[in-house]
Amino acid sequence: MKSESSRERIVRRAALELRDGFYVNLGIGMPTLVANYIPRGMTVILQSENGLLGIGPFPEVGEEDPDLINAGKQTITEIPGAAYFHSADSFAMIRGGHVDLTVLGGMEVDQEGNLANWMVPGKMVKGMGGAMDLVAGARRVVVMMTHVTKEGEPKILQKCRLPLTGARVVQRIISDLAVMDVTPAGLVLAEIAPGVTVEQVRQATEAELKVDPETLKTVMV
Amino acid sequence: MERIPDGATILMGGFGLCGIPENLIAALRDKGTKHLIVASNNAGVDDFGIGILLRSRQVKKMISTYVGENDTFERLCLSGELEVELVPQGTFAERLRAGGSGIPAFYTPTGVGTLVATGKEVREFDRRLYLLEKALRGDFAFVKAWRGDRLGNLVYRKTARNFNPLMAAAADTTIAEVEQLVEPGSLDPDTVITPGIYVDAIFQGTNYEKRIEQRTHRPKGGAGA
Repeated sequence: MKSESSRERIVRRAALELRDGFYVNLGIGMPTLVANYIPRGMTVILQSENGLLGIGPFPEVGEEDPDLINAGKQTITEIPGAAYFHSADSFAMIRGGHVDLTVLGGMEVDQEGNLANWMVPGKMVKGMGGAMDLVAGARRVVVMMTHVTKEGEPKILQKCRLPLTGARVVQRIISDLAVMDVTPAGLVLAEIAPGVTVEQVRQATEAELKVDPETLKTVMV
Repeated sequence: MERIPDGATILMGGFGLCGIPENLIAALRDKGTKHLIVASNNAGVDDFGIGILLRSRQVKKMISTYVGENDTFERLCLSGELEVELVPQGTFAERLRAGGSGIPAFYTPTGVGTLVATGKEVREFDRRLYLLEKALRGDFAFVKAWRGDRLGNLVYRKTARNFNPLMAAAADTTIAEVEQLVEPGSLDPDTVITPGIYVDAIFQGTNYEKRIEQRTHRPKGGAGA
């Protein structure tokens, strides 16, 4: 299935954002899968906003602990060296700039780095959870998402149309087609996926894309 | 429960179904107290946690950060029977911490430039914009801890801590339920998270179900998260 492989491609590329020693908060859903691709030998401490530093793998059958879940309410484990804390401490870490990186999903991102991922007018609003705090406070905000909607509509826009999660908060967008950086000069195409042309990326993007052939790379994942 | 009037504001600890005051919620359901304002990170699921208070139409308003796990909630919201105030999770936590510590309001960067900022003071500090958010307090707090002593000192277990310590401090009357009630001196004072000064009543709960919302596994002997 094409959608499955493009999701996997996004996840694997997002894992390349990790650096040794980083404290990272991965969003619920697709971003959680990035944990499966932490390079061997690299130490990355995963933060869960419900009060844990040091998320371990999912438990084996029979080893689930109802007192130990992640922010997606999934049963998890702790790594040796884990620490627990209450929710105000958790968001002090997040808002206080102690979390090096957050990787979140997105419905829309625009060329100014605005992000919309919590609310669609007219539909039941479920809530923003910790997303607004994460984008306001993490040192680096990376959004991973399919480049276009299921209907083929662009999600990378000149200006977000949905209500925002954060204003001017996104530094990098990773899609199944490309990697783009939000810079003072605008949205810059940093990498394209193998077999994808710059023209294809432009076609799928509403935002104005700046391309420098000198620095453009093909993503090797 | 006799002392909780209709219309009371109650803070309820827990994240999802983890660390929720199961016994207190059930008792409140049995008592039938109505028109409640409940502040809790989530709204439980259809048939467990705060969900059972929604089903019995006892809640007038929820103050929460994410309510996506509950169909009853959605139905009541759409029909206008239930009011909801959605708050960013870090702001929710900090409003509670402020409420418990004599701070009436604070500035946060969270939500600047979003709908959350509507009607709120925005102020610039060091070339960055912040929102003024007000403290949140309850008439009552229902908290759940792992162990506690008769003086109200509480120890939590793993991620079941979440909002419980913040809520314990942020209400006029705090009731704690614990899995193990022990004598003073049994808890290592260095490990106490909620000192007893915040707790007005404590009891040992019974029949804990501790339901798991999303049971996720790795294959035996396998890795991966």
